Amino acid sequence: MACLRRTNTMKILIHVLMTLGAFIMIYPLIWLFFSSFKTNAEIFGSISLLPSNPVWNTYAKGWAGSGQITYGNFYANTFMLVIPTVVFTVVSSSLVAYGFARFNFRFKKTLFMIMISTLMLPNAVIIIPRYLLFNRLGWLNSYLPFIVPVAFACTPFFIYMMIQFFRGLSRSMDEAATIDGCSTFQVYALVLMPLCKPALFSAAIFQFIWTWNDFFNSLIYINSVKKYPIALALRMSLDATSAANWNQVLAMSILSLVPGTILFFSAQQYFVDGISSGAIKG
Amino acid sequence: MKKNMRTRDSVGYLYLLPWIIGFLTFQLYPLISSLYYSFTSFNITSSPRFIGWDNYVTMFTSDPLFWTALGNTVQYVMMSIPMKIGFALFVAMLLNQKIRGINLYRTLYYIPSIFGGSVAVSILWRFLFMSGGMVNRLLNTIGIASIPWLSSPNWSLFTLSLLSVWQFGSSMVLFLASLKQVPEDLYEAALIDGAGRIRTFFAITLPMITPVLFFNILMQIINAFQDFTGAFVITNGGPLNSTYLFALKLYDEAFTYFKMGYASALSWILFIFIIGFTAIFFRFSNAVTFYGDGEA
Repeated sequence: MACLRRTNTMKILIHVLMTLGAFIMIYPLIWLFFSSFKTNAEIFGSISLLPSNPVWNTYAKGWAGSGQITYGNFYANTFMLVIPTVVFTVVSSSLVAYGFARFNFRFKKTLFMIMISTLMLPNAVIIIPRYLLFNRLGWLNSYLPFIVPVAFACTPFFIYMMIQFFRGLSRSMDEAATIDGCSTFQVYALVLMPLCKPALFSAAIFQFIWTWNDFFNSLIYINSVKKYPIALALRMSLDATSAANWNQVLAMSILSLVPGTILFFSAQQYFVDGISSGAIKG
Repeated sequence: MKKNMRTRDSVGYLYLLPWIIGFLTFQLYPLISSLYYSFTSFNITSSPRFIGWDNYVTMFTSDPLFWTALGNTVQYVMMSIPMKIGFALFVAMLLNQKIRGINLYRTLYYIPSIFGGSVAVSILWRFLFMSGGMVNRLLNTIGIASIPWLSSPNWSLFTLSLLSVWQFGSSMVLFLASLKQVPEDLYEAALIDGAGRIRTFFAITLPMITPVLFFNILMQIINAFQDFTGAFVITNGGPLNSTYLFALKLYDEAFTYFKMGYASALSWILFIFIIGFTAIFFRFSNAVTFYGDGEA
């Protein structure tokens, strides 16, 4: 009995601790949201969470930006960068993973080891020659430096994730389809793809969020404001803003977090599965 | 039949072809040429001129900022990773207690991780921790004096580390998944043997999750050594270069001054440091590793 009471106290203690922790974790984001409606004086001057004199036009004004280029353009740019990247990631990684998981050819082990070791290749070491290469090809200030490498499956993390998934699928389906006369590509496209939707979704979601958040590569490859994705636009607003417009910067920061948040809440299970199958980044 | 199988299998190369091309063009070629460039003097307009070890000599003997950046980065890695991994493991263990509402907690703790190295989150950090910012005002109301989170060189790197620690969610989810794999009967056996909580943790939990723990730490080391966004957006390396991380140094040399040869040399030093850190870490922890049934 005493033991039972002890476990109950323990559980309550854990709940209190967890709730407190969760509050500390989330509070900055709540603060960011409410502060985007505050006057600048209040952002710095007041400790209360809710704005005392809500400013409702921060979003409209921030969206309009300062020049002819609005956040509408920046959003469109970001989607033009992110969506092809995501699509090519899913297609190329799953094709390559299919090759690794379902065929036995010479040097497969070696190639697999090479592929896995590129997981640990730091971006910093290859960024300069890549930049020079894209410069020579005339691809700077376009989204090709993001899209082409993933189209050629430079995404070891997602390949690995999908190999793991394919390995979990029984080969009997493949064999049945082959006997029925399916080519290897038909097996991939018609039999396996529908079965590994969860893995494809996980990969798509992670790649979407990583590319959406990516700042370093955009900073290097994109140099005209017209083509800025949101990450660069935000940083520009932060630099350019005269002291009067902080609330607009905060408002646009909130907006930039919206797609990721929506994706997270609508596809939470895929996040957990994706991470559990080996995701570590971020 | 056998021959038939073999032709079928060699189709595998075809599926690997995109990756083979991509690997050669966008990974192997850049890796080798950055090593070559590191021995040259090279700005974008001129072609590379071989200068032997000069870049490395300059770096180590007459570039004080190199040492600053290296020192800051090592400090940043040593500060942020133990905190991040520690929190992630601690929270995962609490969540593994079969309490109600675990999914909600997991969600809430995970949310900051989705925003990763985004600029928005860096902006948030800047506003939270600036001298008149929200954190200091909260501290003031409970009677603690303001802390120069971003304006003092003694605190700035710690404040940046906090941003990384805040995003412990993805490590946590991974730990949680591996904690669930630990067989229940091991805990029962420990209970019968009269082992306490702490003893159970070190004798059972920790050894069972070491593969995941190591993988986690390894990936965090690789990422932390290259962290850029926070230091660039929040403090831009300041104050007094106290947050001038290696990635910022690399960025400046390569894309502000266009010294591609020197920057390549820097990137190789970073690479060697990452490998070195990883090697030391694995050496150090080899003794405690446990791999279940020769797996993994």
